[in-house]
Amino acid sequence: MESRFLVLFLIATLAAGAGGCARQRTVAAGDAGNPPVIEPEVDRREIEQSRIDTEDFEVGIYAGQLSVEDFGVNNVLGGHFAYHISEGFFVDLSAGKSDTERTSFERLSGAAQLLTDDEREYSYYNLSLGYNVLPGEGFVGENRAINTAIYVIGGVGKTDFAGDDRFTLNLGVGIRIMPLDWLAVHADFRDHIYDIDLLGQEKTAHNLEARVGVSFFF
Amino acid sequence: MRVGASIVIAGLCLLSLQGRAQEQHPEVTIQDPFIELHTGPGRGYPIFHVAERGENIEVLRRRTDWFQVRVARGEEGWVPLEQMARTLDTDGEAFDVPGSTLEDYTARRWEAGFMYGDFGGANMISAYGGFGLSENLQLELSVGQALGRFSDSVMASLSLTHLMFPDKRWTPLFTLGAGRIETSPKATLVGTVDRSDTMAHAGFGVRSYLARRFVFRAEYKSYVVFTSRDDNEEIGEWKAGFSFFF
Repeated sequence: MESRFLVLFLIATLAAGAGGCARQRTVAAGDAGNPPVIEPEVDRREIEQSRIDTEDFEVGIYAGQLSVEDFGVNNVLGGHFAYHISEGFFVDLSAGKSDTERTSFERLSGAAQLLTDDEREYSYYNLSLGYNVLPGEGFVGENRAINTAIYVIGGVGKTDFAGDDRFTLNLGVGIRIMPLDWLAVHADFRDHIYDIDLLGQEKTAHNLEARVGVSFFF
Repeated sequence: MRVGASIVIAGLCLLSLQGRAQEQHPEVTIQDPFIELHTGPGRGYPIFHVAERGENIEVLRRRTDWFQVRVARGEEGWVPLEQMARTLDTDGEAFDVPGSTLEDYTARRWEAGFMYGDFGGANMISAYGGFGLSENLQLELSVGQALGRFSDSVMASLSLTHLMFPDKRWTPLFTLGAGRIETSPKATLVGTVDRSDTMAHAGFGVRSYLARRFVFRAEYKSYVVFTSRDDNEEIGEWKAGFSFFF
């Protein structure tokens, strides 16, 4: 008899325990469903990151003088787009346009025309890799320092002149002066080199360009 | 003239963007014993100010691997990425700077690059942009210009590139694609006409992660140009170049 009571008591205890456990689980599940009293701090790093203004791109315009071998020195106008990969290296896409004048031969002979007006238009684009060899500072008066950089640049591209597209190498050196953190003033010297057989014999032409420009970082 | 005007307008738009960007800047707390403020975004620029641990600094802008910050006293200077990586953001988490490690390279989504080489004897200049479909597969759009002795070509093609080991520094790659090629013979040649043809290409190459955001890439491609003549034209191309990822 006693043992039967004991068994019943044990069963009752077990049942109560199991029930209690079940209730515990229900409470835990309920907690998960309801909003917690204290909100955990959410991770906002992504937002922080995107709020930083990354300024690796540069876009600008320039104007200058372009000496086209045999065709005089003429005004050149162009634009460029650059991407700064590291503090040293940048890639630059430039495109420019110029109208060339008549050669000395054409002027002296009077009537002879080597090129049509269309062919006389000189346009180019090039893709170059630049390196800031001498980054530094320029001092304006006593209290102001402006960041500068002297860079070397070289690349390949195309010149459309005298009725044909010509593969063109370009080499140059330039200086970038930054009066503001997002504004740059450039002065550039470039040599555009291509082969041309317009005057009977194929030769390598060097077209020197001197230009100044302004650009924005964004 | 119109081009000039639109460039000026674009410039003004950029100026207004600059103005807007100055509204609010994220803040970080210095974790190193101190950080050094340089006068410019480069190793050589002199250090003119030092901010101590625990100080809050505002991050104004980033240029390549340099951050322009403003300290509590109002001084503005440039801090290298290595030091910024050891600061804490407002949540007390380490300030995470993306885009400069092999892991970032593996996780990249977008990349763009330029290549130069030889296209059947002509000088080849090309640019491409790639989008990662998966770790191994990349969809690429490339445009190129071949400048030769007798003719010039402009081409555009879409290709699928497979990288064998995308998480390794070096990986072989295989590429397959199709596009259009437009060929115009030199003006000095007579009796020729411009042609526009469809082409397909297959190739192999190698790419290597160099440092930071730089990637080197070299490849050989074999082109078949489906001409309107009796025979298709086969052209071999090799080129090498650099790309960078975002």
